[in-house]
Amino acid sequence: MIRALIGAIGLIFMATQALATDPLEVGIGYLRHAGVKETLSLVEQPAQNNGVAGALLAIEDNNTTGKFLNQHFTLTEVRLKQGDDVAAAANKLADHDGFIILDLPTDETLKVADTLRDRGTVLLDAGSIDDRLREQDCRANVVHVAPTRTMLADALGQYLVWKQWKRWLLVVGSHDNDKLYADALRRTASRFGAKIVQERTFQDTGGARRTDSGVTLIQRQMPVFTQQAPAYDVLVAADESEVFASYLPYRTWDPRPVAGSAGLVATSWDASHDQWGATQIQNRFVKLNSRHMTALDMQAWTATRIVGEAVSRTNSGDPKTVFAFIKGKDFSVAAFKGQRLTLRDWNLQLRQPILLSDGRMVVSVSPQEGFLHQFSELDTLGIDRPETKCRLQ
Amino acid sequence: MTAEKSQMRRYWLPFLSVLCFAAASPAHAYIAYISNEKGNTVSVIDTDKWAVTATIKVGQRPRGIEFTRDGKFVMVAVGDDDTIQVIDTKTQQIVDTLPSGPDPELFTQDAAGKTLYVANENDNTVTVIDIQKRTRIGSIQVGVEPEGMAISPDGKILINTSETTNMAHFIDTSKREVVASVLVDPRPRFAEFKHDGSELWVSSEIGGTVSIIDPVKHVVTGKVTFSIPGLRSEAIQAVGLGITKDDRTVFVALGPANRVAIVDGKTHEVKKYLLVGQRVWHMAFTPDEKYLLTTNGISNDVSVIDVAAQKVIKTIQVGELPWGVTISP
Repeated sequence: MIRALIGAIGLIFMATQALATDPLEVGIGYLRHAGVKETLSLVEQPAQNNGVAGALLAIEDNNTTGKFLNQHFTLTEVRLKQGDDVAAAANKLADHDGFIILDLPTDETLKVADTLRDRGTVLLDAGSIDDRLREQDCRANVVHVAPTRTMLADALGQYLVWKQWKRWLLVVGSHDNDKLYADALRRTASRFGAKIVQERTFQDTGGARRTDSGVTLIQRQMPVFTQQAPAYDVLVAADESEVFASYLPYRTWDPRPVAGSAGLVATSWDASHDQWGATQIQNRFVKLNSRHMTALDMQAWTATRIVGEAVSRTNSGDPKTVFAFIKGKDFSVAAFKGQRLTLRDWNLQLRQPILLSDGRMVVSVSPQEGFLHQFSELDTLGIDRPETKCRLQ
Repeated sequence: MTAEKSQMRRYWLPFLSVLCFAAASPAHAYIAYISNEKGNTVSVIDTDKWAVTATIKVGQRPRGIEFTRDGKFVMVAVGDDDTIQVIDTKTQQIVDTLPSGPDPELFTQDAAGKTLYVANENDNTVTVIDIQKRTRIGSIQVGVEPEGMAISPDGKILINTSETTNMAHFIDTSKREVVASVLVDPRPRFAEFKHDGSELWVSSEIGGTVSIIDPVKHVVTGKVTFSIPGLRSEAIQAVGLGITKDDRTVFVALGPANRVAIVDGKTHEVKKYLLVGQRVWHMAFTPDEKYLLTTNGISNDVSVIDVAAQKVIKTIQVGELPWGVTISP
């Protein structure tokens, strides 16, 4: 009897010891579609692990920190195939992960948010730039790490206006996303005093992305398409669908720079960004993946780091506790942008400087000097508190 | 001018310059070395003339810079060349290199000047070097992007700050092991002990604060925050620190706020802000503590602060993107 009792006490002792040494486990899910979109430029073709590679680097970074705090992070990636039920996949992930990073189209992001509404799962939108998700369709369980279209358009517009390139020739693609970006650019022009001198639509008539004699044809098409335009300073292209914008630089009828979806592009990250310690993360990323870090990689890295940062500050893996901290006034995250990034409390959008890249170098970083704001200059980018349609519930 | 006169002048010139130099160099003249991150040079400043007297070409991306304890050499970390170069202060020539490991940034040495501890920003490592033998004698694994380095006055504890892990790591120098890690605000860049060893001050660039840590209990006991009218809080980024020998006054470089804050060492209250150049990085006192020199990254200059008067008295143009500063003992 006594021996059994001693044994039991011993077991209890061992169990508590194990508890004391077992790290705090934090599971993060990653939900996306399999396959990547075709780009016009071969060098911009995303890798299969686009995005998730950034999240995995942040898992490594979180775990290096976690080593000192007895915390351990893991990532579970789910790649949806054609016909897969996104709600079912999200529910399954939520069974073991309190945090899920989303790289999904707008409607699916909403579906996941509503499906998991009562489960307490924290969702981090790393992939969608749709303003709708932060405005009329905002959800209280989604943090938006990706910048919005209006933030990207404003970042570009501020620079063009600073440069005194105020007369824009706007060329818009024929797909819905292209039209949404054009809406954002029009809004930017009227906010910052640029003038859209003319708009043209580039109709997508289909056709292959790659052909053996493509250049010859394009060289004839693009000058013709852009001729007889009123006097303008810069051609701004809205072509998120990657149909024509990359063909415009050096081929416009008038010798004018191109911006928007080609030429000077607003983005959350660029492989050439090396300010504010960014060289370190670029090096870590290349070492791990043997390729350059994309905007989506960075957005997923930041999403994963937001969780890591909040877990380290709260010493808790409980999604409710961690989410309360993320939404609190003491939260900020460092992401190699030269200043701390915080959340807009009215729609849980991450405030962030936006890079303007020509594909080889970072040309500038917005907000530009002189664009002032009573609260944060970062709020000169995108839809601001007084204009928001979001009511978080 | 006759040939004779010209010869005469040639004869006198060296004498005159020697006389001038002697007159202008009383005992308290010091030599400051400034690393210019973009220029790949080190500017040499005579603290009596307050002028650049030499510019030394060094390796790529020079940042951390420090005199050896004997004052004979200046060590400068050239991160993109993965080494620390050693400049002979007599000849102003690079005479040697130290095996720093990849991407060295900041480093610190023990009181005897025998052992050097280097933060390897790319490698989550602190490298330990024997300065005399110029050999690597060990390494310690720390958090992500190690940066700030400090050593306790008794030499027993080495501090390393890691920028993405957001911690100050306490390393036992005899065992070369991390014995404690203290969370601070985002992107900790610089650490310094009070001379009496009672407090460790750690600046956080992105957090914009300075954490004060009890080095025995390993807890944050206070935090200095900064607020400058007309400046948004994101622009206030604490970087370099300088603590006076009596531990009464602490100077804090505030990066793109273009200011140095003067903080009461005892009450931790901010007393004053001094306007310096743009993106102020690091600082160093002259050994008599009359002056404090700050490196101003974007405006390519060095500000000279009169410590007693708490005033900026001079600005000296140096190379491109000045980063670190060290002054002869």
